Amino acid sequence: MTRCPAAHDRGGCEPEASDTQPTASDSEPEASDTEPDEGLPHELAGEGDQAEFSALLEDSAEDLYENAPCGYVSTLLDGRIAKINGTLLAWLGYTAGELVGRRRFSDLLTVGGRVYHETHFAPLLRMQGEVGGVAFDLRTSDGARLPVMVTSKVKKGGDGEPLLIRTTVFDAHDRRAYERELLRAREEADRERDRVQRLATTLQRTLLPPVLARVPGMEVAAHYHPASQDEVGGDFYDLFPIAPDRWAFFIGDVCGKGAEAAAITSLTRYTLRSATAYDPDPVAVLNNLNSVLLQEQPGGGSQFCTVLFGLLSPEAGGYEVLLAGGGHPPALLARADGTVEEQGTPHGQAAGILAHPRFVTNTMHLGPGDVLLLYTDGLIEARVPDPPGRYDEEALHAFTTERAPITAPALVSSLVDLLTELAGGLEDDVALLAFGLPAAQDASPPVLGR
Amino acid sequence: MDVRARNNVSILGPSTGPVVMLAHGFGCDQNLWRLVAPVLARRFRVVLFDHVGSGRSELSAWSPERYGTLDGYADDVLTICRELDLRDVVLVGHSVSAMIAVLAGNREPDRFAKLVLLTPSPRYINDGDYYGGFSEADIDELLDSLESNYLGWSAAMAPVIMGNPERPELGEELTNSFCRTDPKIARTFARATFTSDNRADLDDVDLPTLVIECSEDVIAPREVGAYTHQRIRGSELLTLDAVGHCPQLSAPEATAKAIEEFASRSRGRR
Repeated sequence: MTRCPAAHDRGGCEPEASDTQPTASDSEPEASDTEPDEGLPHELAGEGDQAEFSALLEDSAEDLYENAPCGYVSTLLDGRIAKINGTLLAWLGYTAGELVGRRRFSDLLTVGGRVYHETHFAPLLRMQGEVGGVAFDLRTSDGARLPVMVTSKVKKGGDGEPLLIRTTVFDAHDRRAYERELLRAREEADRERDRVQRLATTLQRTLLPPVLARVPGMEVAAHYHPASQDEVGGDFYDLFPIAPDRWAFFIGDVCGKGAEAAAITSLTRYTLRSATAYDPDPVAVLNNLNSVLLQEQPGGGSQFCTVLFGLLSPEAGGYEVLLAGGGHPPALLARADGTVEEQGTPHGQAAGILAHPRFVTNTMHLGPGDVLLLYTDGLIEARVPDPPGRYDEEALHAFTTERAPITAPALVSSLVDLLTELAGGLEDDVALLAFGLPAAQDASPPVLGR
Repeated sequence: MDVRARNNVSILGPSTGPVVMLAHGFGCDQNLWRLVAPVLARRFRVVLFDHVGSGRSELSAWSPERYGTLDGYADDVLTICRELDLRDVVLVGHSVSAMIAVLAGNREPDRFAKLVLLTPSPRYINDGDYYGGFSEADIDELLDSLESNYLGWSAAMAPVIMGNPERPELGEELTNSFCRTDPKIARTFARATFTSDNRADLDDVDLPTLVIECSEDVIAPREVGAYTHQRIRGSELLTLDAVGHCPQLSAPEATAKAIEEFASRSRGRR
C-alpha cells in the first residue's frame, strides 16, 4: 500500500507519493512533473522564475484535483458517486468507469463502516451540512483495508437546496498507528497507577492498627480518610493496653507525604509503642520520639511530627486522661451536659526539630456521657467554598457542640459524613480517634481485669 | 430519579392534543426528528427523548447490565409514559427503537393506541431462509471495529486516550454532538441492537401498526420490511421513495405525512 499522509498533517507529501500518480493522468505528460512544492525556491524569485512558476501553475487546477495528495469524491445526495479523483482511484485500485454512477460511497466502506455511515455520518451531514474527521476503513478492489479520515461537505445551489456532497479522503495509516500507540501507552499507565494505588493502600494499612484495644466500659471509634489514593499519607493513631488497668493512645501527623513520610510514620509509630513499654510517662515517651527522629536525620532534616500522646487510667466515676503533646491541634471533649471543651497542649512543640522541645501535659476526667475526640489537621484545613476559606477549629467546635452530647461512634460517623461533604476541599489526610463512656443511665461500671 | 432529566424529555405541540412519542435509534439523538417533530406538533402533543447513553441523557444512569438488552430501553419508554401520565400514545420507533416500541407495546398494550415502525428490523443477521441483510461475520466485524475504537470520530479517541470518557463540558461540545457517544456506551448499544432477534415478538403485537420502509436502505432492506409487515397481524406497509436509513431526514415531508395520517385515523383496536 502506498503511503501518502494527509497534506494538512505534514504540510506536504512524501517523495514516494508520486508513485500514486494514477494512469488517468497519463494523458497530461507534464502533469506528473508538477509536484506541488518541488523546485520552488523559498526566497523571492526573479522575473524569469516568475514566468516559470506561472507555467507550472497555469493548468494546475484539474491536475491538482486529479493528483492531489488526498482523495476527492463527489456524490449525489443519495450517495451515488458522481466524480472521483485519480489519487483515490489509485488507492482503491478501481477505474472511474467502475465507480462513477455505479456505486455509492458507502459501498466502498467495510460493513462496520457502512453501518456507522448510515447511522451517524449521513444523518449528521443532513443535519449540519458538514462532518469532519471521521475514521473509516475503505475496502480496496483486492479486498485490503485502507484506513482513512473522511470529511464531507454539502454543496448547495443558489436557492440553498443541497446539490451534492463533496468528500475529502486522507490516508490515515500513520495516524491510526499513533492512536494505537497512545492507547497502548495509556493502558500501561493505567496498569501502573493501579499498582501504585494498591501498594499505597497496603502500606497505609500497615501504618494503622488492625484493631483498637478494648477498654472496659469505653466506646471507641476511629476513621482514616486518605486524601490521595496514589500516596501514603503521614497520619497515624493507635490505642493499646500497657497494663491490665492502663491504656495508652496517640494520634499524630508526620509532615509530608509519600514514601519518605511513610518511613518516618512507621518509625514514629514503633518508637511510640516501644518507648511506652519502657517508660509510659507521656513526656518521657515524646522525648524519646524526639531523640529518635533527630537521630534519623543527623544533618538536621525536615521530617518532624505533631503528636498527642495520652494515658487512660480508671478512677472514681470514669477514667483519668493524661494528655501530652507538641504542636498538635487540641482535642475536643464533648461533655455529657452538651458543652464542648478544647483540651489542648498549648505551646507544646513538634517532635523532630529541636534538641529540647517543650511538651505540655493536660489532665482531665472522663465521666459517663463524655467523649474525647482527637483529630489531625487535614480536617480543619479543608477548603470550603462558602465563605471561601478553611474549615477551621471554630467550625469543628460548632459542629461538635451542635451534636453533643453524643457517643464516640456517632460522633465519628457524623464526621465521616462531613468528610464526604468536604471531599473536594480535603488536601491532606484526616485521622479521627474518639472514645468515651456511655451516658449514665445505660453505663455499666467498668470491669477491670485486675 | 427524574425521568424527564434522565431521558432529556422535551414536549412540543398542544398539551391537549393526542400524544405522539418519537423514539430515536442507534447513532444519534432526538435531533434526528427535527424536521418531522414541528410538522407533527401542529396537531399532536409530541414527546421527544434521548435514550440513556445518547444525546443529553444522564450518563450516570447508564449501566452495561440495564442497557445491554433492548428490554432496558423498553422499560424506560414505559417509565416515561407512566411518569408523564401519557395515554393512548402513538409510539413511533426508528431503527432499533422500532423493536423497542414493539417490546413496550407488548408489555403494556393499554398504554398505547398505535405503533409506527420506521425502518424496522427484527433481526439484522441472516438466519436460514430469513434475510436480515448481514452475515454473522459482518456484524462481528462491526462490533470488532467499535471494540477496537477506530471507527467513527477520531476525536472520540481523545477521551479514551486521555482517560476522560465523560461527556465534554457543554462549552466544548463539538458540532458532531448530536451523534456523539461514549465509545463504551456505543459498543454496548450496538451489540444490543445488532445481535437482537425480536422476530417472535412481532407475533405478539396487538396494536394497529404501520411499518414504514425506504426504497433503498442497506441497514433495513426491503425484504426485512416485508417480513416485519407480514409477521405483525393486520399491519400496514408503506414504502417511501427514499434512500438511506433515516427517512425522517432524507424525506421528512413524506415521513411526517405518513405518521400524521396513520395517527389521525379513527382509533380502536383491530
